[in-house]
Amino acid sequence: MKLDVDLEKRFGSFHWSAGFSVEGERVGVFGPSGSGKSTLMHMLAGLLKPDSGSIYLDGEPLFDVGRRVNLSPQKRRIGVVFQQAHLFPHLGVERNLLFGYNRLPKEERKVDPAALVPVLGLEPLMGRSVTTLSGGERQRVALGRTLLSSPRLILMDEPLTGLDAERKYQIIPYLKKVFAEFGIPLLFISHSLNEMRLMTEQVLELTQGKLSAQISADALALRRMGSTPDGFTNLMELRAPQVNDGLASCRWGEQEVILSGVNDPTAGMYALSSKDITLFKRHPEATSARNLFRCKVVRLFAAGRRTGVELDCQGQRLVSQVVADAARDLELVAGGDVVAVIKASAFRRLY
Amino acid sequence: MFEFSPSDWQAMLLSLQVALSATALSLPFGFFAAYLLVFTRLPGKALFDGIVNLPLVLPPVVVGYLLLLLLGNRGPLGGWLSAMGIQIIFTWKAAVIASMVVGFPLLVRSIRLGMESIDEKLIQAASTLGAPWYDTLMTVILPLSGRALLAGATLMFARSLGEFGATIIIAGNIPGVTQTIPLAIYDYTSTPGGDRMALGLCAVSVTLALAVLLFNEGVINRIRKRGER
Repeated sequence: MKLDVDLEKRFGSFHWSAGFSVEGERVGVFGPSGSGKSTLMHMLAGLLKPDSGSIYLDGEPLFDVGRRVNLSPQKRRIGVVFQQAHLFPHLGVERNLLFGYNRLPKEERKVDPAALVPVLGLEPLMGRSVTTLSGGERQRVALGRTLLSSPRLILMDEPLTGLDAERKYQIIPYLKKVFAEFGIPLLFISHSLNEMRLMTEQVLELTQGKLSAQISADALALRRMGSTPDGFTNLMELRAPQVNDGLASCRWGEQEVILSGVNDPTAGMYALSSKDITLFKRHPEATSARNLFRCKVVRLFAAGRRTGVELDCQGQRLVSQVVADAARDLELVAGGDVVAVIKASAFRRLY
Repeated sequence: MFEFSPSDWQAMLLSLQVALSATALSLPFGFFAAYLLVFTRLPGKALFDGIVNLPLVLPPVVVGYLLLLLLGNRGPLGGWLSAMGIQIIFTWKAAVIASMVVGFPLLVRSIRLGMESIDEKLIQAASTLGAPWYDTLMTVILPLSGRALLAGATLMFARSLGEFGATIIIAGNIPGVTQTIPLAIYDYTSTPGGDRMALGLCAVSVTLALAVLLFNEGVINRIRKRGER
């Protein structure tokens, strides 16, 4: 997907004015509330008319003041998954799913309902009324409904915000699988850095209606590390879970990670905060922490009042943080050796 | 109890016939007018809103007189209709038209109430899923306005049963042809000794109106509950 946007929109004291050109299959739009994320989404979908400018999708104008083009939402073929599912309350799950599909000429139907239903785990919901569904179920039906309309691009506006933390991360593998399988480009709007990093390749950062950065989600998370109390979240894909002598462990690249508080470890995505990684200059002979990794310092960077430390742990990247004094005492320099110590209880399973 | 003469029964039947026809004929127009007022950005919408609501505040006699000017044999529409052999004035059709015009604002108001409770995002969702406006109108807005349509229709039906001022001007008061319950009551009250007969028809009027209003209230309560859910 290639999206070229250059738009202006004023309402009240808010002024949206930004232009960007972005190419990729999974693009994020990040910013705090009031930054203009939803305004952008509504203008792209044709639900809000910009004052001036243009929108081109894959070279085709959807909106262009100069050429007097303004396609209606139904002609743009841009799917929207809203923050709340907004399912049609008078239709059942099945007729909600097929709403867009039935209105599409046969030759333009790219997604087969029979193939989509199991991918989204919707089989048990068929035949039910949408008013009886839980938040996560509603959101999956809404996504299915949008996908089945075979859009050229899907806009997702904070689709995970209404869900509790556990369900939020459970739906992410579904999303990734679906977008990979059906090859539909995604513009993912969120104020959550973790969601951005799990869902997108590159991110447009908005601040008060202006584009403030166009970078990778990871780089954005690193840059914002100093201003968030939680530090940087290391996303670690752990494999091959096993239990030895009552201790759960997983493979992380070439290394073994010990996890506690997990009776039945599963492979998947885990989160580890940069605050939970302690650095030692030399290998401590004995420690209560179960995970000790020998690492090389890749680089040091300022993160607010702390120093961020990017580490290379035998091919795996880890980001830690230390206070300025500690950086001096540890004599941290790029290329130097260091031991990262992590408690077995510090890992949080995402999905 | 009350006794009813054959012409009273005729008046009751005619009232029902006129009210039912007026309501049924107005429903599609009322639905569309409410749609225009709620969901579109029509230029001159305030004026349109005013015109729709005008019969609510205008004296019905004025409405009747204006209709007479329009539909009379020398009127712009009436002349054309009579040339085609269609006679409106002083027939029961005129009573239907009078009821339609006078009851229309009530109908539109009720439907608007229901339409305004529909989440705008549902309409947006339908359009991003490829539904043109007329498709959304029929497959999303219409089914979700069902109860509001019913509420509006009952209110309009009740208003039509009571329509007097405009009807007497363009339909006249011809027993068996255009005489509805209110017109019959009017006749009785101006006839010596007609009080008892008038009272009988008044009782019918009150009973019908009350039944319709209770039904209407029930429907509106269910709409409110849906809005809260």
